[in-house]
Amino acid sequence: MKFKSFSVIPGFGWTLGLGAGYFSVLVLLPFAALIAYGCGIRPSAFAKALGDGEILSALGLSLRASLVAGLINLVFGFILAWSIERYSFPGKRLLDSLIDIPFALPTAVAGVSISFLLSDDGYIGKIVNSLGFSLSGSDFTGITFALVFVGIPFVVRTLQPVIKRLDASTEEAAEMLGASPLQTFLRVTLPPLIPPALTGFSLAFARAVGEYGSVIFVSSNLPFKSQILPVVIVGKIESHNYDAAVVTALIMLAISAGILGVISFIRKWSSRNEKTV
Amino acid sequence: MKKFSSIAAAILPLAFAFSASAAEYELLNVSYDPTRELYQELNKSFTAWYEKKTGDTVTISQSHGGSGAQARSVIDGSPADVVTLALPWDIENIQKQAKLLPENWQSLKPNESSPFNSTIVFLVRKGNPQNIKDWDDLAKPGIKVITPNPKTSGGARYNYAGILAYAKEKFGDDQAKTRDFVKAIYANVPVLDTGARGATNTFVKRRIGDVLIAWENEAYLTVKRFGADTFEIVIPSVSVLAKPPVAVVEKNAKEHGTEKVANDYIDWLYTDDAQKIAAENFYRPTSDTVKKEYAEKFGNIKLVDINDLGGFNKLQQEVWADGGEFDKILKEINASRDN
Repeated sequence: MKFKSFSVIPGFGWTLGLGAGYFSVLVLLPFAALIAYGCGIRPSAFAKALGDGEILSALGLSLRASLVAGLINLVFGFILAWSIERYSFPGKRLLDSLIDIPFALPTAVAGVSISFLLSDDGYIGKIVNSLGFSLSGSDFTGITFALVFVGIPFVVRTLQPVIKRLDASTEEAAEMLGASPLQTFLRVTLPPLIPPALTGFSLAFARAVGEYGSVIFVSSNLPFKSQILPVVIVGKIESHNYDAAVVTALIMLAISAGILGVISFIRKWSSRNEKTV
Repeated sequence: MKKFSSIAAAILPLAFAFSASAAEYELLNVSYDPTRELYQELNKSFTAWYEKKTGDTVTISQSHGGSGAQARSVIDGSPADVVTLALPWDIENIQKQAKLLPENWQSLKPNESSPFNSTIVFLVRKGNPQNIKDWDDLAKPGIKVITPNPKTSGGARYNYAGILAYAKEKFGDDQAKTRDFVKAIYANVPVLDTGARGATNTFVKRRIGDVLIAWENEAYLTVKRFGADTFEIVIPSVSVLAKPPVAVVEKNAKEHGTEKVANDYIDWLYTDDAQKIAAENFYRPTSDTVKKEYAEKFGNIKLVDINDLGGFNKLQQEVWADGGEFDKILKEINASRDN
């Protein structure tokens, strides 16, 4: 295996060392500390956490809401990225720059404004009330709303460059060769977009699983009912029960890593498929 | 250039002479959430008073956050000279886990190291439509009570203790009745926020709930901010006496050379000047003269010391700890909700 290849920037060893060192200090070290702490905890603590109804219901809610939010973002992020890259319309550049707002806005601010929007007096709440529903009792809607908000830029920003690079002439060629618009979309346009769309989806999903700041204001945070897992973890830290907090965090990490692994497998599989076609 | 250096030569000794007589200190006060406005005013007064008395200048920085999280940051190395937190439990943890202060920290200053007290009262909507007068009204079916989760919020533990204070008056030492009463109130809680400010947001902005259980000073601040035409304060017959503690973080202060000024700062909080500022900010003064002066400002309420409810540490370990009594009560409420 040959590591060194031609590069316009010299100093392969230096750059790799610097990059790896940077990543180790910022990401691997805190992560390793968490794992090391977890190794010192008795296995019975893990068993106890897995049998704890509060943790399990919070874990279930976190994963369900994050998956739904990821899927919503996948669909609407795709539409958004497509319309920004494929069409020109007034305000396009403004819209494009607004996509990043969820990155910049403190999530607590987002949470407070979303909770107000959905309350019975809020703009969205009023409209829904007039249809005969009330959102103030539906925690799942509110939590998912907040998670969609924090995740939307991930899908849009990963899809945009790929949509931009798509060669319109291949679509024209498909049409010339007699493909229907649906066939062209499904067999020519869509396949190269699946890997970046899945990447965007997993980023949005991962971001949603860890989200805390906005959800605490939107959800009613009732144990067994509407608590997300990060809230349970913070509760354990506040009761100075670090062992249980670490155990809960590790379980959440393992499950999220599993789901991300599956998505990345599908992504690789679909991109390999694409090359052979 | 020559001119400049001669000026410098003239000024420099002067500067040294000046610094020999007047020292400059920097203090970091790590505090909890709702004390932001209070300590801003206190610090201004203290700095002026101290400079007048000693000629030394003190710059005080403040840090605010959830009480438990703030204690955590001091344990993890935040260079606090002074901590002013919501719960004795949090300072106790700094002592136990990081040994930054002596074991007897709570007996070093008067009144269990608590210069000003507070209590727990109710905030209701204008006109008090549900006619809420006392704690037993919160246990009635159909009433919606807003209070944060005592596991994540220090203030919410005092709310819980307030329920216990009333139960003790009414049921004496009957544990079963007390437990049922606590359960009935928490079954009326539709939103269990993680912190006091979140609960206020739920009650005020989202308009959920009939009554908010709150710190007395927070309740007054909310009425002041949103106007007396939107909210009213209801003072229950009995409540808990909250004693937010203060302490010098001895080890840090010694390292910074601020041990004396930090102690002066804490001692100054007990003076009448400081007590008046606290009373103006809706904290209950502990000095007898200031107490008398502001007696009318604070409603007539019987305050039960948390030590008479079993003590904070015992409640913490048995009730609010992970897997404790509160967790069990919530589990039962949830089970009955499903049926």
